[in-house]
Amino acid sequence: MPTFDYAPAPESRSVVTIAPTYGFFIDGAFTRPKATFATLNPADESVLAEVSQAGPKDVDKAVAAARRAFEGEWGRLSGAERGKYLFRIARILQERAREFAVLETLDNGKPIKETRDFDVPTAAAHFFYHAGWADKLEYAGLSAPGATARPHGVVAQVIPWNFPLLMLAWKIAPALATGNTVVLKPAESTPLSALLFAEVCQQADLPAGVVNIVTGDGRTGQALVEHPDVDKIAFTGSTEVGKIIARSIAGTAKKATLELGGKAANVVFDDAPIDQAVEGIVGGIFFNQGQVCCAGSRLLVQENVHDEVVAKLKRRLQTLRVGDPMDKNTDLGAINSREQLDRITTLVDAGVAEGAERWSPACTLPTKGFWYPPTLLTGVAQTHRVATEEIFGPVLSVLTFRTPQEAVAKANNTAYGLSAGVWTEKGSRILWMADQLRAGVVWANTFNRFDPTSPFGGYKESGYGREGGRHGLEAYVTTTPATPTGATR
Amino acid sequence: MSRLDVRKTYKLYIGGKFPRSESGRSYAVQSASGEFLANASMGSRKDVRDAVVAARAAFGGWAAATPYNRGQVLYRVAEVLEGRRAQFIDEVAAGEGLTARAAAGVVDAAVDRVVWYAGWTDKIAQVLGNLNPVAGPYFNVSAPEPTGVVGVLAPQASSLLGLVSVVAPVIASGNTAVVVSSAARPLPAVTLGEVLATSDVPGGVVNIVTAQTAEVATWLAAHRDVNAIDLTGVAGAEGVDWAGLEAEAAGNLKRVLRPQVAGGVPVEPDWTAAPGLERIRAFVETKTVWHPKGL
Repeated sequence: MPTFDYAPAPESRSVVTIAPTYGFFIDGAFTRPKATFATLNPADESVLAEVSQAGPKDVDKAVAAARRAFEGEWGRLSGAERGKYLFRIARILQERAREFAVLETLDNGKPIKETRDFDVPTAAAHFFYHAGWADKLEYAGLSAPGATARPHGVVAQVIPWNFPLLMLAWKIAPALATGNTVVLKPAESTPLSALLFAEVCQQADLPAGVVNIVTGDGRTGQALVEHPDVDKIAFTGSTEVGKIIARSIAGTAKKATLELGGKAANVVFDDAPIDQAVEGIVGGIFFNQGQVCCAGSRLLVQENVHDEVVAKLKRRLQTLRVGDPMDKNTDLGAINSREQLDRITTLVDAGVAEGAERWSPACTLPTKGFWYPPTLLTGVAQTHRVATEEIFGPVLSVLTFRTPQEAVAKANNTAYGLSAGVWTEKGSRILWMADQLRAGVVWANTFNRFDPTSPFGGYKESGYGREGGRHGLEAYVTTTPATPTGATR
Repeated sequence: MSRLDVRKTYKLYIGGKFPRSESGRSYAVQSASGEFLANASMGSRKDVRDAVVAARAAFGGWAAATPYNRGQVLYRVAEVLEGRRAQFIDEVAAGEGLTARAAAGVVDAAVDRVVWYAGWTDKIAQVLGNLNPVAGPYFNVSAPEPTGVVGVLAPQASSLLGLVSVVAPVIASGNTAVVVSSAARPLPAVTLGEVLATSDVPGGVVNIVTAQTAEVATWLAAHRDVNAIDLTGVAGAEGVDWAGLEAEAAGNLKRVLRPQVAGGVPVEPDWTAAPGLERIRAFVETKTVWHPKGL
């Protein structure tokens, strides 16, 4: 098959200025850097900046600042005024979109076309959407007639490295729209866009303490979620850590929403438009190098079209461009960290050892940085680790089924329940499948679509609570009567 | 000579049947004033596990039943409950130490509570669901679905009104339930089982285990095939550590409805207050479906 060579089309990194070191953003100002660690560009392992490791005392200060803001200026502000701050933030994100896109690609390793066309515009859209809710909450059906929904107070938010800015927006926008204040911890390997967002808060004149950002590893996250003056936790990350958080708040008044792992089935019936389905399968698993909790990582294809689908998939994968994330033509960028690369490698090797057949297109991977080729695993059985464990990488496990009932049984045979896909031309079958699949999001004849108005979140061990849409607001309000400060909570 | 009355044997209600506890154990149930009322089965860990199996088996069918059908079945429950009014008044009066008149008020409220939830079944999706106007050519709709098998620790004090107030919202949306009854006042729960068994509620949709709460609650909270747990019944239950139960529930990320807490201690809610949607909302999952629009 002929492939075309593209001349390099690198995006310029001059649009963004990265400081050599960063402190925390607490009470409206940056603190002096301390106990720093490096954040790398995963595409070449160069050090982008040194960021600070927040200890319990730093977390204390951030939570205290958030509490003061909640009980002070922010708590007294009308919904309309809160909304106007969020509109401002949305606009500044749009104005500085290119800067954010470049910074995110440098820190995360994902292709510039994704940060430019998806991560950053969708983040801005989340602020724009939630801005409008701030003064309309009584229309959202959050409380019983006659009761009023109130903010929780101080919200601790811990976000992952796969969509650093977008996850920040998913967390901060609804929290502020409903009147809470926030202490957010970005992932250890991707802190830079959150620190740049702190500058946006300053430009927007957001009152001090409403948004606080502390950086660090899991110890910082633990100190934050276990802080006694935190009222609510919003966490996106692994199911393992989600369970630890759920355990840690047992018996307290702290609320939590958890958006955790997934092992989505993408079900392709024999009557599906195969070419469209192949595009959807590729987007479903290779978007963001497969480092997506809702990635369509289990392809369930009807047995009689298995060979055709796999042949077309292989052909399509040969046209994917893997390489420099800053190049505008790049389809697949770098894996976010060495740790993640090792996890992918270990799981795929386990799949091959258990009997799966592995295939990758010929592609030259850069010698520096963290890279994994797009990979197909065929002949996968339900019991293989690659069919049950979340790989979080550009790896598609292919399984087959004969009847719709078998597809449903296999699709639901997982502890997770975040997302699922269905490909068929038959409308009644789409709706039947959508009813049967135990997953929070079902994409039919499409995959990996996201929108601020559309609730996102899982069934079973993929966590609880929804983010986005009217449903996402529920997690950030309470309808129980207010307790005086210092009372038992 | 006066006639000797025929007493009822109070048993468990699992999978539509009335077995004794597999453990062979029973315990004496006393009235509020300390008189012997009956021997109730003392449910065990194994009974709870059997109940979970029955609830899981019933889930698919009950969740797939039309909301209209579930509403009719729940209304039928209210009808049959009303028909057993005299029996419930006796049991509630004896167990809760109420006058016959006060007990009648409780039973009437319980019937009305079931009617209230019967009317909700086909409105839940309309009130909790909606179309989402996404920025693209897609049809996008969010609607609630039942969470699955729900463990319910029924209130200790309010043995009928409290009981139906926690069970009805769980099954209204299509969940199935494993209910641990009030430990000291289990008799109305068993009689409610008899009502459910004769009200077209499919076997396994509601399973009732009379037991010592502290003994079996841990197994229910830790069970991997239970999707959610209602901890209301920890209030006033002897030897129950609700934080420990919530921690056990984290093992498979169960949805947890915490007890109402006042002064740091779980308290039983006021069951005469208007219920609101909280108990329905606690045990549904929002599913969002996308489909492209185009020619």
